[in-house]
Order: sequence, then structure tokens, then C-alpha cells
Amino acid sequence: MNERTMLSEERHFENMIQAESICTAENLVYERPGTLLDVTMHYCPGCGHGVAHRLLMEVVDELGIQSQTIGIAPVGCSVFAYNYMNIDMQEAAHGRATAAATGIKRVLPEKYVFTYQGDGDLAAIGTGETIHTCNRGENILIVFINNGVYGMTGGQMAPTTLPGMKTTTSPYGRDVKVQGYPLKIADIVATLPGSFYVTRQAVHTPAYVRKAKKAMLKSFQYQKLGKGTCFIEIVSNCPSNWKMTPVESNRWVKEHMLPYYPLGDLKVPSEKETAQ
Amino acid sequence: MKGNEALAEAAIRSGCDAYFGYPITPQSEVLEYLSKFANMRTGMVVLQAESEVASINMVYGAAGTGKRVMTSSSSPGISLMQEGISYIACAELPCLIVNVNRGGPGLGTIQPAQGDYFQAVKGGGHGDYRLIVLAPASVQEMSDFVPLAFDLAFKWRNPVMILSDGALGQMMEKVDLFEEQPRRTAVEPWATVGKPKDRERNIITSLFIEPQKMEEVNLKLQAKYREIEKTEVRYETVDCEDAEYLLTAYGLVARICHKAAQIGREQGIKIGVFRPKTLYPFPSAALNELSRRVKWILDVEMNAGQMVEDVRLAVEGNARVEFHGRMGGIVPTPEEILGKLKEKLSGGLS
Repeated sequence: MNERTMLSEERHFENMIQAESICTAENLVYERPGTLLDVTMHYCPGCGHGVAHRLLMEVVDELGIQSQTIGIAPVGCSVFAYNYMNIDMQEAAHGRATAAATGIKRVLPEKYVFTYQGDGDLAAIGTGETIHTCNRGENILIVFINNGVYGMTGGQMAPTTLPGMKTTTSPYGRDVKVQGYPLKIADIVATLPGSFYVTRQAVHTPAYVRKAKKAMLKSFQYQKLGKGTCFIEIVSNCPSNWKMTPVESNRWVKEHMLPYYPLGDLKVPSEKETAQ
Repeated sequence: MKGNEALAEAAIRSGCDAYFGYPITPQSEVLEYLSKFANMRTGMVVLQAESEVASINMVYGAAGTGKRVMTSSSSPGISLMQEGISYIACAELPCLIVNVNRGGPGLGTIQPAQGDYFQAVKGGGHGDYRLIVLAPASVQEMSDFVPLAFDLAFKWRNPVMILSDGALGQMMEKVDLFEEQPRRTAVEPWATVGKPKDRERNIITSLFIEPQKMEEVNLKLQAKYREIEKTEVRYETVDCEDAEYLLTAYGLVARICHKAAQIGREQGIKIGVFRPKTLYPFPSAALNELSRRVKWILDVEMNAGQMVEDVRLAVEGNARVEFHGRMGGIVPTPEEILGKLKEKLSGGLS
């Protein structure tokens, strides 16, 4: 962004003309997935939500399951997720996405159902629903975006806020003696017999983006097996509420979030379990 | 059959697709009965949730797919569901919610009461919305009102509540069960069942962040409620043709009032009974008409006086409206009600 503002106006137009000349069908190597709607997202620049949305819709496209997929948006920054995904969706009450998903999946067991939730929604107000949905082994995918903060309401402390991390409701840094410890809910979910596949991913570098997509692809494939809940935590950023540039926030993910929330699989089904 | 069991049996026979619930006295027989029989008979989904909060949100999700979905609970559990009910009303999803009313406030008592009238009839959760509220007065109606509730819910895309009480839920009476209907296979055009290529995506939401849009949604809901008020009023009158005094009551209390009126007539006091079957829409016009022909009205409830407000609004001062209520799970006797009426007569109210 800084680079672009440094360009003179003339140079900028020159670049645009050049860019247009290479934008032809035969040069196309990467395009918007058909199920991701061509609208401007409300997310802040650099936010991980856009990437995670795209990955989900890429997977839905690649599996060709648009007509069989129902998504649940939560309350939080991704409350408007249904504005961006060209699939049937429901908007759930705060914390209740997995209960709504349970209702859908139980009456439409042959469909693919996923929830998309933030840390306040899934790990604070919706903890009960999260635990019991996973413990019942509902055959759904839960995508959990963890950026350690309540984004939509303006940067308050979340259940996942790191010790010492400053938010508007922990202005002197989270004091674990007063405000308790960050909740590693994916680790809890992994201990439940109803969960089938639990993994913690990130989207702060292209390599991790690819890994996160792989996890999503696997989760949708596993859903067909009907063997339990798939849970993908995505450790993400919040440039606006962390008061950082996108680049700084991604660095902060690596340096601060990942040591507390290490990436990798927390529960992997055996080959025997994934055999069709 | 027990009232709760008749209701559960009626749910199976109505072609109900799914029930989500949580145990609470005095309605646990609904969940128990369905757990025992429903799935094996019709394939109906029966799931015990981890809380009433989860139950109602499971109902929300499943109702969004256009299926026939229900839950049941009793007063404290219904309080927990209020947020979800508000979402369901705003998202215009059809479903059935059964409240087997017990005494409150707080954890209260497990005995019958009518203290949830306001909560059921005036909204209950946040925002301007209405449930269609049916008030059964017998085990027969605990059964009959279930298919009616589903029909109304789908006709108006609105949540319907059956407001019963602990006595109706627990008492045993003979009941004529209706023929079993097959489960529906029709797919509602608005339902989230997966978007085929040839239609726009369906969104179930109650979020309309722009004030203009939110007002539009509210106006649409209000217009629907006005239509419901015009067309869905249901009530019963007993011995009202020549009545000089009118008892108004709903549910179980109306049955007790019938007995009180009968004893009163044997003593030469001409008493009629007016019973709303729909608490919302309230039968205001019919009651207004009737109120012009009686000397005064005694409204009887198992609460501190809730429906009486709607009675007074309906009567528009045509007749004096007195009130007698019992609370905390105490059920008034016919003699008590008649005594109250006579007491007011001898007290100068003629």
C-alpha cells in the first residue's frame, strides 16, 4: 500500500494499462471461486476472514457441492458471511451456530453443513453448544477463527486473548489472576469422543493458507463418512483492533499467537477410520 | 392419556419432522414419549439438547429447512428460549413451542399456573413480535391443537405457542386421536436446503442493520399480525345467550368456570363463560359484543391478573370487569369462583 502511494499518478496509470493488457483469458491462473460472490467485503484490510471465506468457497467449488451445502454465520465480524458466499445460509444467534447446525444436519443428514464462528461466539457465549455439539459427534464442520479479540464490538477481551495482551476491556494487559487464562478450546474438543478431526491452522502466509485449505477439503470429505465433528481452528489476526498494519499483525500472529496456539493436527482419524 | 402424552402422540400423528427438548417438570413426558415412540414410527428426529437455549436454536436451524419442528418446556425453560424465539419470529420461521406453564416467578413451583400469559401473548423476548398462542382446556385439545398449530405456523410463517399448564399436562382424560398424517415431502421455496443452480440462494436471518430495512421488516411483520388478528381468532362461549354475569377465563380455569356457572345457574344466577382459545389473536370483537349484554364480568386466572388487561381493553368500558386470581400453583375451585361472584353481588355490584 505504501509503495503504491509513492508512485506518481502518471506511473500509476502506466501500470494500470500494462496490467489490463496481461489480463486475458489465456493468462488466467487464479480466479474468484464461483461460489464466492463478487461483492466488496466489509472486512478491514489485511483481515484473515477474507482468506478463510475464499478457502471455504474454493473447496465447495472443487467438490461441486454448492447445491448440497448449508452454512451458518455467527454473531461477530463474520455475521455477514452470508453476503459473500453463494450458498444457502442461516444467521444464528450469538454462540448458537452449532445448535442451529445440529438442527439442520439432523433433518437433512445427507447435506454438508458448516458453521463459521469467531472466538467470542464459539469459545465464550457458545462454549456449551460447542462442547456438546462436538461431544454428540454431529457430522458438521466447525470453522473457528481465533484472533484473540472481539472484533465486531470494537476490540474487547476474548476468551482467547493472550496473557498480557491489551484490549479495550483489559487496557493494562490481560491479568490472568483477575481475568483468567486464554481458553484452548480446540484442545478440549480434541479430547471429546465425538470429534473426528481437530486441527489448528493459520492463514498469515501463503504456505499456511494452502495447508488450511487442505484441512477444509479433508473436513468436507470426512463429513460424508458420518463419523463425527470436524473442527478447524484458524489462528488469525485483527489489524484494526490490534492497532497494527496488516504486515505487523501477521508478524504478531507468528511471534505471539502461535507460541500459545501451536499449529498442527490435534486429532487425526486413522486410515481405517477414513476408509469409505 | 396424560395431556403431555396426548400432545406428544399428536406431534407424531401430525407428521412432525423433529423435536428438540430438555427435561423440565411438568412437561418431561413429552420428551419421554417421543423418545420412546417417534423415531421408530415415522423416522421423526428426537434429540435431547444440553439446554433449552440449545433446543430453541436447534429448532431455529431445523425450521429454516422448512421442516415441521417443535420443542416443549415449562416456564423457566421457556424464559431461556426467549432470545431464540425472537430470532425465529423475525426470521419468520414456522415452528411449534409448547409451554406447560408452572408457578413462578423464579424456579417457582412445579404446580400449574398461568403466570406466563404476558410472556406468551405480548412477545416475551426482545423486539416487536407476536406468537400465535393457543390455549387448550382439555387433554382432547392438547392433541387437537398440535396439527392446528403446525398449519397456522406454516400458513403465516410464524412461531406458534401452545400455552398449557401443569395440570393439563399431567391429568388423564379420554381422548379421540386423529388419523396419522404422513410427513411432508414438499420443499418450501424459502428454505435453506442447499442452493440449486436455478434459484437464488436462500438466507435465513434476523439481522437488518440499516434502519430503513429494519423498519420495513417490522412493518411487514405488523401487517402480518393485523391479518392474523382478522382471520385466526378462536373462542368458545358457554351459556352466554341469556347470561347476566360473564366469567372470562382460559385453559384449565375456563373448565372450572363452567362448573361454577353450572352451580350458579342451579341457584338461579344466570352465568355465562367466555373462553379464548387463541390468546393471540385475542377475541376482542366477540367479547366486546358480549360485554354489551351482561351486567358485569368476572375474569378468573391462575396469576395476579394478566389476561384481564386484554379483557378490559376488549370490553372498552361496556361492562365492569372484576378479577379473581390464585397464584403459586393453587388451582381455584368452582365453589370459590362462585363464592367470589356472589360476594361481589352482595357487596353492591348488581
